[in-house]
Amino acid sequence: MSETILEVRDLVKYYPVTRGVVFKKTIGHVKAIDGVSLELRRGETLGVVGESGCGKSTLARVIMNLDRPTSGSVYYRGQNIFEQRGAELRRLRRQIQLVMQDPYTSLNPRMTVGDLVGEPFEIHPEVAPRGSRRRKVQELLEVVGLNPEHINRYPHQFSGGQRQRIGIARALALRPEIIVCDEPVSALDVSIQAQVLNLLEQLQDEFGLSYIFIAHDLSVVRHLSDRVAVMYLGKIVETGTDEEIYERPTHPYTQALLSAVPVPDPASRDRKAVIRLTGDVPSPVDPPSGCRFRTRCWKAQDVCAEVTPALETRPGSDHPSACHFAEQRSIVPTHGV
Amino acid sequence: MSEPTPGSLTAATAAGPTIETDSAASPVEPSPPDKPRGFLGDAWYDLRRKPLFWISVTFIAIFLLMAAFPQLFTSVDPQYGDLSRSRGEPSAEAWFGYDVQGRDVYARVIHGARASIVVAVLSTIGTILIGGTMGMIAAYCGGWVDSLLSRIAEVFFGLPFVLGAIVILSTFNGPGERRSPVEIVMLVILSLVVLSWPVSMRLMRSAVLATKEADYITAARALGAGPARIILKHLLPNSVAPILVYATILIGSFIGAEATLSFLGVGLQSPVVSWGVMIDEARQFIRVSPFLLLFPASFLVVAVLSFVTLGETVREALDPKLR
Amino acid sequence: MSDAIVSQADSSQPAAGPLLAVDNLHVEFRTRDGVAKVLNGVTYHVNAGETLAVLGESGSGKSVTAQAIMGILDTPPAFVTGGQIRFHGRDMLTMSAEQRRLIRGEGIAMIFQDALSALNPVFTVGFQIAEQFRVRRGMSRADAKKRAIEMLDLVKIPNAKQRVNEYPHQFSGGMRQRVMIAMSLALDPEVLIADEPTTALDVTVQAQIMDLLAELQRERRMGLILITHDLGVVADVADRIVVMYAGRVVEEANVHDLYANPMHPYTRGLLESVPRLDEKGQQLRTIPGLPPSLTRIPPGCPFHPRCSMAQAICQEQTPPLRRLGPTRSSACHFAEELVNRE
Repeated sequence: MSETILEVRDLVKYYPVTRGVVFKKTIGHVKAIDGVSLELRRGETLGVVGESGCGKSTLARVIMNLDRPTSGSVYYRGQNIFEQRGAELRRLRRQIQLVMQDPYTSLNPRMTVGDLVGEPFEIHPEVAPRGSRRRKVQELLEVVGLNPEHINRYPHQFSGGQRQRIGIARALALRPEIIVCDEPVSALDVSIQAQVLNLLEQLQDEFGLSYIFIAHDLSVVRHLSDRVAVMYLGKIVETGTDEEIYERPTHPYTQALLSAVPVPDPASRDRKAVIRLTGDVPSPVDPPSGCRFRTRCWKAQDVCAEVTPALETRPGSDHPSACHFAEQRSIVPTHGV
Repeated sequence: MSEPTPGSLTAATAAGPTIETDSAASPVEPSPPDKPRGFLGDAWYDLRRKPLFWISVTFIAIFLLMAAFPQLFTSVDPQYGDLSRSRGEPSAEAWFGYDVQGRDVYARVIHGARASIVVAVLSTIGTILIGGTMGMIAAYCGGWVDSLLSRIAEVFFGLPFVLGAIVILSTFNGPGERRSPVEIVMLVILSLVVLSWPVSMRLMRSAVLATKEADYITAARALGAGPARIILKHLLPNSVAPILVYATILIGSFIGAEATLSFLGVGLQSPVVSWGVMIDEARQFIRVSPFLLLFPASFLVVAVLSFVTLGETVREALDPKLR
Repeated sequence: MSDAIVSQADSSQPAAGPLLAVDNLHVEFRTRDGVAKVLNGVTYHVNAGETLAVLGESGSGKSVTAQAIMGILDTPPAFVTGGQIRFHGRDMLTMSAEQRRLIRGEGIAMIFQDALSALNPVFTVGFQIAEQFRVRRGMSRADAKKRAIEMLDLVKIPNAKQRVNEYPHQFSGGMRQRVMIAMSLALDPEVLIADEPTTALDVTVQAQIMDLLAELQRERRMGLILITHDLGVVADVADRIVVMYAGRVVEEANVHDLYANPMHPYTRGLLESVPRLDEKGQQLRTIPGLPPSLTRIPPGCPFHPRCSMAQAICQEQTPPLRRLGPTRSSACHFAEELVNRE
């Protein structure tokens, strides 16, 4: 098994809810992430899935050190990233990069493609001497499947899929070890999604990248991920290899999630287990006590409100799950390779 | 596919279709494939086509020339007065006639352009720089810094313009004080800037606030960009459009403001010649020699209109919603 | 009120005809940058009690067709330049604005992707639903409000009696979508057009909403036109499917046939490029290139620049939508050859 290069330990991020115009008073907290731990190994793709409000985007921001956590730590190769400052922090940024969701807003409209992809070299001049930058930018454009002669064009002259490729080229410029992909294909058309997914896969092989792939589309996550973590309301409820999660899910939420995802095969209408959740996702300002999923769970008992289930391997299953009554159940029979 | 992001191209009621760009060819405008055409480039393309733009630019160019090289337009000394010609009607020798002191009105109008325009341009630059910087700081830092700066701006915002100007100018240039023309000009500029910076501060602040949360700013931070780079390379270019427009309109309104102050007697005074001064001097003779008012006033109006029109056309060209 | 129109139609058409039929519809968008041919001969129909899925990506024209049916296209820049839209056999494009207005809501209703912008934020949801009853059915306020509560119950909003007095922003995304469905069904329409109703919703909420739509459709024998790009949703709920590309229908089939034997290269490309929940496979087979700019649609078949099977004829002749079976059509010169591949 390859080494662990990124370790997230008990990460907590609360956002204060304030009231008042001149003097702001804190009246509550949005508990966006509430104790998340995970590991990323070299060369693998860790998928993080969840629906809106689960905290996966916050997770991306905190791992990228764009927001300071309320508590907890993230270790990159043994170094706590939140304790780094100045030059050390800048060096760290070279290793962990970000690809964002919206190709229409993630590129500065006033900069040419060359400027955009070349900006990492300007911020980190030690990576490439000035004379070689243009050539490197052109190489990057080629690597992501764009025409290097378009280096002087502006973002609005490209389609959504091409803009996303520009964003990927930018993330790749400093040859990072880890790329955090925050919903990189959600805003793209189906046929373009496939192109970009293939590109990401190809780049991973070619450059030995490790991905944290955050998405809400379970089919897409399965395609790319080696291991998967399922999030609900700020916590991880289940984690395992893609096979373990998709074929032998044990947490009721994972099971409900898998049951809800439509499969592009009419024959599966009859084969799929039907689980329907009722009600809404509770507010992250005031999450339920104990297990957060209990308000919508068909297995909920008293103990679920009193004792928060820990994320650990439960009897009868082969991977960690945060449920007192974790039970393996096949939702979507797998076929194909 | 209808993107689940706000402002998506497919809206609930009819909107235009998503016109995708073919990767091999250039976008829908007929320009050569590799000509860099950013947002400003597109705006320039539109601007070039508006006749109003060229008209206002021409007039502005003429006025600027007048201000810089009045000798190109007239060789007569604007200060030389021959009382025997007092209030002489416009004629072949003096196209605009003579004022009450016998000075050539045409020469005075031409030379007056300089004072009016210099005051207006310098005041605009001062207002934009001060207001813009405060707005940028307030928006970028947020929190108590923003609150503090906004409250200060509101205090200044509440001062009525003419009253405030009169107070400032009569305090520093009271009756009995003899200040040099340069000092007077500086005072006028100072009072204009002090009373006008809140608006440009607000403009810059809201433009930056809107841009601050953009994904590409997050992307720059993720790359490790420091505050200086983010402000100068990312925030500023994308928030400068409304300020640019406001600046052109501001020049126009400052020309008028300077005239107002001079008219009220607190701004520029003789021997400095400006359109405002001329209008002030023509006050008593409006009934008998209306041309004394007419000529400086028309130049004033045309100058203000040119700048304001320029500002309007630039605003239309830069407004992405109209494209 | 719409009874008048419906009974007129009934007397001249056999009851078995399609409820709503779009026939060779052409729509142009005239903009500063040129004329975009958004719809180039769209033909499809829906019968009572069936779910028709209109599948396509952005630029395919699927939403514009729906808006044309509802008569809510902004003219300018949109202009209908040809074709018919027949409801109960009568061409709506030749009707007066008033007649079309009457059909809207009672005959054909529509729900949109973003409920938050489709609902008026300053009125309570009860008011908005009740308005339909007050204005179109002449009910009293009290009666209309009672009906509004019934509608909220129908779409399974808990505590309907209290929630009827709440504002749209007080509902979650899924609940708002239910409110929109309640509003659209108030006047008992015969056809419901759902334009990407669940795209902006979480997948568990999506499943609930799709279940609800299916149940309501069954109970009311409505024709449901589901516009989407999601191949999974289509497989789950559709009876028949039309696939659109560059403003025209390129394939029509019932749901089982389409997935088992696509007869158009675009459909096949789409099916192969979608990652599946129940598969861990290798690289996805992608469709190269991009959809065409609607101001410069390629000659002949609009898909030919991206098609692996393209021949000379594809560039010269636009393939017509050929009927290949009772519920099967394809706009490809080589449709038959696709059947026996893989």
